[in-house]
Amino acid sequence: MNDYSYLKEIDKEHSNLIKGLQLIQAHEGYVSDESIRAASDYFGIAEVEIEGVLTFYAQFKRIKPGKNKISICDGTACHIKGSKQIIEWVSSELGIKSGETDSDGIFSLETVACLGCCSLAPVMSINGKIFGKLDRKSTIKILKEYKKQ
Amino acid sequence: MTVNENIKKIRVGTASCGLAAGGAAVLEALHLHAPNIDIDEVGCLGHCYAEPMVEVVTNDGKSYLYAGVDDQESAISSILSLSDKFRFKIPPVRESKELLKVLKLAGKICPTSYDEYVANGGYAALKKALANTPEWVINEIKESGLRGRGGGGFPTGVKWSFLATKEAEQKILICNADEGDPGAFMDRSLMESVPHQMLEGMLIGAYATGATRLIIYCRAEYPLAIKHLKIAIEQIYQNGLNKIEGRELDIMIKEGAGAFVCGEETSMIASLEGKRGTPRFRPPFPTDRGLNNFPTSINNVETFGNIPLIIKDGAESYAAIGTAGSKGTKLFALAGDLKYPGLIEVPMGTTLSEIVFGIGGADPEKVKAVQTGGPSGGCIPKSLFDTPVDYDSLKSLGAIMGSGGMIVISNERCMVETARFFLDFTHRESCGKCTFCRVGTTRMYETLERIVAGNGKREDLDFLENIGPKIIKGSLCGLGQTAPNPVLATLRYFRNEYEDHVLRGQCSALQCNNLVDVVLFKDNCIKCRLCIKNCPVNAISDDFVVDNNLCTRCNTCIEICPKKTIARTKRGEVVNDKI
Repeated sequence: MNDYSYLKEIDKEHSNLIKGLQLIQAHEGYVSDESIRAASDYFGIAEVEIEGVLTFYAQFKRIKPGKNKISICDGTACHIKGSKQIIEWVSSELGIKSGETDSDGIFSLETVACLGCCSLAPVMSINGKIFGKLDRKSTIKILKEYKKQ
Repeated sequence: MTVNENIKKIRVGTASCGLAAGGAAVLEALHLHAPNIDIDEVGCLGHCYAEPMVEVVTNDGKSYLYAGVDDQESAISSILSLSDKFRFKIPPVRESKELLKVLKLAGKICPTSYDEYVANGGYAALKKALANTPEWVINEIKESGLRGRGGGGFPTGVKWSFLATKEAEQKILICNADEGDPGAFMDRSLMESVPHQMLEGMLIGAYATGATRLIIYCRAEYPLAIKHLKIAIEQIYQNGLNKIEGRELDIMIKEGAGAFVCGEETSMIASLEGKRGTPRFRPPFPTDRGLNNFPTSINNVETFGNIPLIIKDGAESYAAIGTAGSKGTKLFALAGDLKYPGLIEVPMGTTLSEIVFGIGGADPEKVKAVQTGGPSGGCIPKSLFDTPVDYDSLKSLGAIMGSGGMIVISNERCMVETARFFLDFTHRESCGKCTFCRVGTTRMYETLERIVAGNGKREDLDFLENIGPKIIKGSLCGLGQTAPNPVLATLRYFRNEYEDHVLRGQCSALQCNNLVDVVLFKDNCIKCRLCIKNCPVNAISDDFVVDNNLCTRCNTCIEICPKKTIARTKRGEVVNDKI
């Protein structure tokens, strides 16, 4: 059983539910079934309602992310510049689809709406570090570097 | 390393795009090599293509811009010795077309310095407002003709007057900083670069409307903007600016959790109440019953950013800029297939060709269309680029101003695929409340998916044209009411591309993988075998013929061929490398 005492930082109001879930995700990396129960106890909101809120917002993850979190930008500018292919290349290189974590827990992959650096399109980020102006060669090279670590 | 003794100050752009391009390393290197020089971190100058950017200010007041620098010795020593290498000149066309009002201080001052903002005229507008009556402020905003910059285009002064006339225990002013359109980053840049400007607009709004609670609903994906806003709010408290006429204002930031629909007023309110962000029927409008049933006005970041300018210079001088129905300037996030992507500010009424070809430096030969308004907008073909950019002109073309994303699309991009991309976004972001939006956008998406996969039929086009207007009519909120726009606009202007797909099984832009062949033209081939060695699925035979049944269209061979003799072609058009 994890310690959820950090939830006490915020008031128990219903309007703080999203903030509470964000706090949980910041601590745990994702929102597990156990965390949902903890949030339910703390805020006095039914688990099913919390699950409803979680699935509504794209930010919340219900699967434990890997050690290296890859986000591929599929915003308009990146899409125009070929992000679809980047997703395919990364996917086939790592053997996971968007929204998945590999079985060793090393890589997880997601596509995001916009990383906000449209002028560097196409872009992906690994653990928050931005890699821009990608093509097949540079993408695979970057992944190989992370695989070595 | 020698440091020119004339250098007074160095500014390094460390907004998100500057950091993404390597600004942090440049900053570190400058600190290391010029430990005695005053080095400031500033926001965005709008020239994203030139990042990382450094500005050197000398003792005689001159400014030298450097662009595309890195942390290596040649760049750093060039900056510190004021040499010409890496020197940046703003493209002259851009300089002549742009009018920096809202962004005047962006990239010029330290975003987290209250003193610098004040030294550059900051909070003078708030002072002026407080010296007048709230009615005067609202009247000025009305007279200025300012319309909501988030996309809707509702007159801001009118919205504020609704809130001002309400009697309530508490009134709330919300800043919509949930910039969810893919391809738009105006609000992010403004918040990161000059957070005080938008907050000053909110404080003036609070005075004018009598609101005591100010909430900024910001995307969680903008950590730097949130950081800068938090610092700025702290400074407002320290300087007592949150006390207006004896009322103490409560200013807070709420982080959104990633839902496009929350840009819609009533959805945002639901989200702020800790619920799923679904919209509700209006009326009652939020100015009657908003957050927790208190009267609430919601305005966009850029709208608030305009307020101090109007109050400071007067409504009349503000209204002198722009067109009859759209006043002032507008920020656009320019991206896509062009030379100079970036954040620009132009007077309303500037034509699309001035923006795309002039400021953006796009190649007129290669450009096909421009997409405005993100997933709610439409694609405007090159033939209509003389259109002035204002709320009403864009609407009449089936596009919208939107919040200001502008994506330039070249001939190499398929318009059907572009429409599919937007519907992929909207059908996922639809909250599911209205049937027409939930099911309709999904059906539209599936149909487009079928067309780009090469399985479309002629009837599919009729279906798309038929269901689009129904989704618009049958949806409660802006998401559903605008979701069909990308499809309807491309059908209107690029019907030939749809017909190529469904009637001829071809994609003229050579983008849709299922509708292209990859061909190796043997005339120029030097038999270096690089393509054969690198093909991941062994689709190229020893006598240099691509087997299109095996090929996955991954582009590896096309990229790697030194003679550029492998290419995508329309399906079935080339047989045995002969057209």
